[in-house]
Amino acid sequence: MSVSPHILLQNVTKSFGPKPVLNGVDLAVPKGRSLVVIGGSGTGKSVLIKCILGLLRPDGGVIEVAGENAVGLKGEERDRFLARFGMLFQGAALFDSLPVWENVAFGLMQGRRMDRAKARDIAVAKLGQVGLAADVGRLYPAELSGGMQKRVALARAIAADPEIIFFDEPTTGLDPIMADVINNLIVDCVKRLGATAISITHDMASARKIADDIAMIHKGRIIWQGAAAAVDHSGNAYVEQFIHGRAEGPIQMDVLKA
Amino acid sequence: MNPLAPIGAAVFALLAEVGRLAYFTRDALVQGLTPRIYAGQILRQLFRIGYSSLPVVGLTAFFTGGALALQIYLGSSRFNAESLVASIVALGITRELGPVLAGLMVAGRVGASIAAELGTMKVTEQIDALVTLSTNPFKYLVGPRLIAAVISLPLLVAVGDTIGIFGGYFVGTRSLDFNAYAYLKNTADFLKLDDVTSGLIKAAVFGFIIALMGCYHGFNSRGGAQGVGRATTNAVVSAAILILAANFLLTSLLFKVE
Ligand SMILES: Nc1ncnc2c1ncn2[C@@H]1O[C@H](COP(=O)(O)OP(=O)(O)OP(=O)(O)O)[C@@H](O)[C@H]1O
Ligand SMILES: [Mg+2]
Repeated sequence: MSVSPHILLQNVTKSFGPKPVLNGVDLAVPKGRSLVVIGGSGTGKSVLIKCILGLLRPDGGVIEVAGENAVGLKGEERDRFLARFGMLFQGAALFDSLPVWENVAFGLMQGRRMDRAKARDIAVAKLGQVGLAADVGRLYPAELSGGMQKRVALARAIAADPEIIFFDEPTTGLDPIMADVINNLIVDCVKRLGATAISITHDMASARKIADDIAMIHKGRIIWQGAAAAVDHSGNAYVEQFIHGRAEGPIQMDVLKA
Repeated sequence: MNPLAPIGAAVFALLAEVGRLAYFTRDALVQGLTPRIYAGQILRQLFRIGYSSLPVVGLTAFFTGGALALQIYLGSSRFNAESLVASIVALGITRELGPVLAGLMVAGRVGASIAAELGTMKVTEQIDALVTLSTNPFKYLVGPRLIAAVISLPLLVAVGDTIGIFGGYFVGTRSLDFNAYAYLKNTADFLKLDDVTSGLIKAAVFGFIIALMGCYHGFNSRGGAQGVGRATTNAVVSAAILILAANFLLTSLLFKVE
């Protein structure tokens, strides 16, 4: 790879108590590319992106963003670091004390100190992009369906036009048509803003659509990484099993057989 | 197994908890009380912690003042010293019962709701979401609650003192046949400014304890609804115990016989 990667992880490890979750993750995402991370449930995908954001502190390894160390930042430095990111949480994580539009505009008003009226206009525009009418802005998150919450969270993640965006399962819980709208939106964000993106998904249709590259995580390691088109002939038995959704294969699910 | 092992483990657990609380308190003071200050959040919390607690504190003070008058009458009549009732009620309310009872009632009302709110925000990743939107949760959530509680409690206690003394007056003039003018004159003549201020100082400290315990247990809750429930209980119990301990300490410090 000729250009230095925008996001670089080397040998990142993280355990919770005695339980190892990340066992030396190596990952490189070039600027302006969209990486999709696939992998079974509980393999540490969400933990991985939380480590990059500094929400969890890795036990070891190197994490660099644009060539600068990203581990253990504090205070202003951390705020400035995080201002480059947008994050869609798996569980939406909307602020339930604030109406929808203020959720979307939160980063603009608090982080960037934009005035309310202007932030509101942008929030309404972003809600429009995720297929929500302006009057949804006045509702509270608890009044929305799960899929609507997800879309609000997506609007919040992209509201400040971040240079790096993380999507943790953006299409889970959406109907197939809305899922495709969201896929297009993600592609558009990456293309139009030139953003670097890491998305996590179980949905292979979505992965094929939004990925430039795909990486598969298993047992806390990246076991395969390659161009999106190469995923169908990866020659890797784990990847094969995952993308075809077979119960039989090298990945053993820990379920009790009757 | 070594029979002393459980004792050792309990001591270690306690020390670990004290250490965590010390770190949290430091962050709350250093990060929470330094700019950026969220004035809107402080106002919101003043309303919630202060204004909404008025009925609870007022009723508690009224009934306590009344009961106190009866008990003191009973005791002092054995020495033919019934004229002391007014001044001792005032003293007991302002120096001791006013701040302690208000502190305990507010701990139950506000400490619990702070812990439940922040605990829910923690387990639903709303606090992580704040961080990714470049907003320091100590400045946005903890600081305003601490400031509002430290301002509110003395104000609540000042109102409570007045109502408590009135409770004593009410009982004294209605069922103990005191002369209304004499009762009030007695109160005014014997009550010193010091009696009131020492109670208000206590109240400010109790306010700090209540908000700190609510925030600490909220921020450290994990594991869904059950974890939030546990955090709520712990916030109230620990605040109540710390209030009583701090009350003893402050009484000893502020105690001087003229
Ligand atoms: N805060 C935490 N404390 C303890 N263990 C945790 C914590 N967060 C995650 N884990 C554990 O780490 C493992 C990986 O979790 P993670 O959320 O990253 O999974 P995931 O790959 O995102 O799964 P899914 O696809 O189901 O979202 C899980 O086994 C989980 O129990
Ligand atoms: Mg996950």
